[in-house]
Amino acid sequence: MADPAVAAVDILSAAKTYPNGTRALDPVSLTIREGEFVTLLGPSGCGKSTLLKMVAGLLGPSDGRIVLWGQPVEQVEAAGHRLSFVFQEATLMPWARVRANVRLPLDLAGEPRAAADARVADALRQVGLDKFSTSLPRELSGGMQMRVSIARGLVTRPDLLLMDEPFGALDEITRNRLDSDLLALWQAKQLTVVFVTHSIYEAVYLSTRVVVMAARPGRVVDQVAIDEPYPRDASFRVSTAFSAYAKRLQDSLLRASAVNDDTALA
Amino acid sequence: MMPLTPPSATPRLQRPEVQRVFYPALVAVLLLGLWQGLVVALEIPPFLVPSPLQVAQVMVADAGLLFGALVTTLKITLLAFVCATVLGVLIAFTFVQSRLVETALFPYAVLLQVTPIVAIAPLIIIWFKDPTLSLVMCATIVALFPVIANTTLGLRSVNPGLLSYFKLSRATRLQTLLRLRIPSALPYFFGGLRISSGLALIGAVVAEFVAGTGGTGTGLAYQILQAGYQLNIPRMFAALVLITLTGVLLFALMAMLSKWALGGWHESEVGHD
Repeated sequence: MADPAVAAVDILSAAKTYPNGTRALDPVSLTIREGEFVTLLGPSGCGKSTLLKMVAGLLGPSDGRIVLWGQPVEQVEAAGHRLSFVFQEATLMPWARVRANVRLPLDLAGEPRAAADARVADALRQVGLDKFSTSLPRELSGGMQMRVSIARGLVTRPDLLLMDEPFGALDEITRNRLDSDLLALWQAKQLTVVFVTHSIYEAVYLSTRVVVMAARPGRVVDQVAIDEPYPRDASFRVSTAFSAYAKRLQDSLLRASAVNDDTALA
Repeated sequence: MMPLTPPSATPRLQRPEVQRVFYPALVAVLLLGLWQGLVVALEIPPFLVPSPLQVAQVMVADAGLLFGALVTTLKITLLAFVCATVLGVLIAFTFVQSRLVETALFPYAVLLQVTPIVAIAPLIIIWFKDPTLSLVMCATIVALFPVIANTTLGLRSVNPGLLSYFKLSRATRLQTLLRLRIPSALPYFFGGLRISSGLALIGAVVAEFVAGTGGTGTGLAYQILQAGYQLNIPRMFAALVLITLTGVLLFALMAMLSKWALGGWHESEVGHD
């Protein structure tokens, strides 16, 4: 179970400079505790996706290091923890039916078929798609495809969920609904979530803590705890507290880009 | 996605599957009628241009000869097509193992493609005494390149997001190949097969032309040559019609195979309604 005293992710002055000299991310130090819902918020080019991919081990930091439960990412599974990554696009196999797409991580791990099928059915129920297990991805709407992708992320029973702008390509109404569903899953499963977005409102609605980032070079400029109780419903979106947090984050983002513009002029 | 009215409610001629057969057939009937009419009206002798009816008569009268030749040509075509498919896929798999291998070998695949088969067919026929073997080799060379090029492209055309996902899930190289690269390559592979099936036939006919006068070939190209020497132009036309029909049939078969394999999911085969 999620224990707030335990650090799930420890980013120890990790930086990313590409071989051609581009500074994607200045050194970042950040600790994410078990059960937290942390959002990385910033404009494009601020290195938020880069940071998330480094946490997942998809990219190596050029400096510093990142540990998950005190282990390098390769040894996390041996230590009894699992992470799942949900991409910006649904990244489903177009030739495979929904249930086969969700079963993919279990198939790759060599899970026996019967046990895997039961877990797939379970995961599809959690995202409300149990009636679509034999559909092909192209027969589903963008929002439903994203749900399949989340089901695929949940089917391995992760305790850390990394999400890279998962709902960025969806319309606002669909996105809001998926955001609420995600919060319900996060609470029910006691997950630790690191969520990347460029939407201030999505960040406020979802997070226990928002990490504000800025571009050129990518860096962390601010951290804001969203001290509002869960479950959060639609009325939270129109509350004064919500607006106050949104303004706080917006000011933070503006201040960071203003500093950038000054240096550009100087 | 769903048609607004059930198919049974649309008039027969407005259904796309009926239109696809009806209109080309209409054009064929009109052209054949025009041809027949012109030949009869202008009294053109059969050794210049035979009428469609005369061609049909020869087709029936020389059925044994012509269809025997067709079987020979078809055998060469199919053997070459199978060889080209198997070889092409193997070569494509070798290419995608490393960029270095592809860089080193690709120019030679192109070389194979750009060398005119008529120029090397006599050599192959001299080197390999067995007529079937030499003809199959020539036709394989002609049909090989599209399979190599398309399959290589397909094996590389993997959705980068899915590739990242496989990497993140610590999939082995073999798992990535079987579960990701091969399915992703299928639409390209079938595109290659469609081109190659026609090329295998062309290769078989061209090789027969080169070999034919040697007296070894009994395929359709040999019949065309013989009919030419004898000024039996209706039989020449009949052989030509058989070659054309075979090509169309092969193409249609490949299209069906492709539809069967990709029907459900790939954009190229999903119906637009």
